[in-house]
Amino acid sequence: MNRIIKFIVLDILKNKIVLVYTLILAILSWSVFSLEDNSTKGLLTLLNVILLIVPLVSVVFSAIYIYNSSEFIELLLSQPIKRAKIWRSLFLGLSLSLLLSFFIGCGIPILFYAPINVGIMMLMVGLFTTLVFVSIAFFSSIMTRDKAKGIGIAIMLWLFFGLLFDGLVLFLLFQLSDYPIEKMMVAITAFNPIDLARILILLHLDVSAMMGYTGAIFKDFFGTTLGISVAFFILFLWVLIPFWISLIKFKKKDL
Amino acid sequence: MIEINALSKNFGKLKVLNNVHLTCNKGECIALIGPNGCGKTTLIKSILGMVIPTGGTIKFQGNFITTNHAYRNHIGYMPQIGRYPDNMTIGQIIEMVKEIRKSDSFLDEDLMQAFDLKNLINKRMSTLSGGTTQKVSAILAFLFNPDVLILDEPTAGLDPLASELLKEKIILEKKKGKLILITSHLLSELDDLITQIIFMQDGTVKFHKTVEDLKLTTGEERISKAIAKILKEQKQ
Repeated sequence: MNRIIKFIVLDILKNKIVLVYTLILAILSWSVFSLEDNSTKGLLTLLNVILLIVPLVSVVFSAIYIYNSSEFIELLLSQPIKRAKIWRSLFLGLSLSLLLSFFIGCGIPILFYAPINVGIMMLMVGLFTTLVFVSIAFFSSIMTRDKAKGIGIAIMLWLFFGLLFDGLVLFLLFQLSDYPIEKMMVAITAFNPIDLARILILLHLDVSAMMGYTGAIFKDFFGTTLGISVAFFILFLWVLIPFWISLIKFKKKDL
Repeated sequence: MIEINALSKNFGKLKVLNNVHLTCNKGECIALIGPNGCGKTTLIKSILGMVIPTGGTIKFQGNFITTNHAYRNHIGYMPQIGRYPDNMTIGQIIEMVKEIRKSDSFLDEDLMQAFDLKNLINKRMSTLSGGTTQKVSAILAFLFNPDVLILDEPTAGLDPLASELLKEKIILEKKKGKLILITSHLLSELDDLITQIIFMQDGTVKFHKTVEDLKLTTGEERISKAIAKILKEQKQ
């Protein structure tokens, strides 16, 4: 498997976009931290950047890359390699390169300026968000052969999780405000990886004033160690399930 | 070597392959012919595992191909339209496939020399002409000295010189006792190559005969005429 991953990672590095992405993340992180004298404030600013840019770049770049690899996949398929291996290698190659850029771009400044619990948590969350959205890109690009449609689905999913979902939750909260729905809300968060990531960080920053409406309710649950473990487990499922579905579909795909 | 049993494939409502039975053995050189869209390429891709059949089974050297991907080690495949990553050079592609196959056995670089691609080795795939891309496909198919060669329209797009070189190579490999499966529309080209003919129509195998048999029953000397005669008889 290593050989194919190596080819993919080298190919992605040759394609300068990932380098530019790393550079942008690095500029953002270093400037945020050097502008704020308080590293917690810096983290908070960075959080919003991470939760918007990282998913967007991960999902769009991955989706386009998968479509552009169709020739590469076809070439490999006529060689003695298992289908699942090709797809997994593609996933690992993409994930590795994007994780590496996130780590270099954001991780190093975070570790430098805020080597505290929240900083580490932020790093973890950023890495997980990257993986989740690479996985979602695999899911959306196996759904259709049409490149424009597939990338469209990827962007729609990003929009949905990044912006729309919160609006819907807010709407639900107002509509059902007469009922005790707080517990149900905790469950609903599990359906949005970005919200989950945001809540994890916000609860550790202790700045309830900055919290989204969804975030405010769950302090009880996500504040505990059990809560954090459950949240990370759900994030892990978010990585696993979309990719797993795409893998099953890829195994049956005609090329 | 290859046993195909009751193979069928549907793309949506369209039945591309319909209950195909075939047996191909070592040392045979088989031409797979038939009108456009009769399922030749789909059949080939099914053998390679690129298309997943709706029904039926394919065995390669006695093993079902669905359970074991290693059988592709023994197949060299030349696609009808080779699609390669645009930003890789010819050299990189060949190196990559070599690394993936990690074949220790002897590499057959005859075609590489014959086609004289050495000075194009650093050219990107996206800049190549259709014919040169075909040459790369041919080189890759023969490179690992496979037991089975599957050539989908091998000479389409090649210049007369290159297609003659390729034909010589095919004859050479045939003499080594390999199984060779060719699809082509240029029947005249196949005359001195093949030993058997499979004729497909609308996703079914119309007949599978040896060339001698075909010539004997139709009384024609050339394959193209023999086929034409059979087709006419069927229409009446």
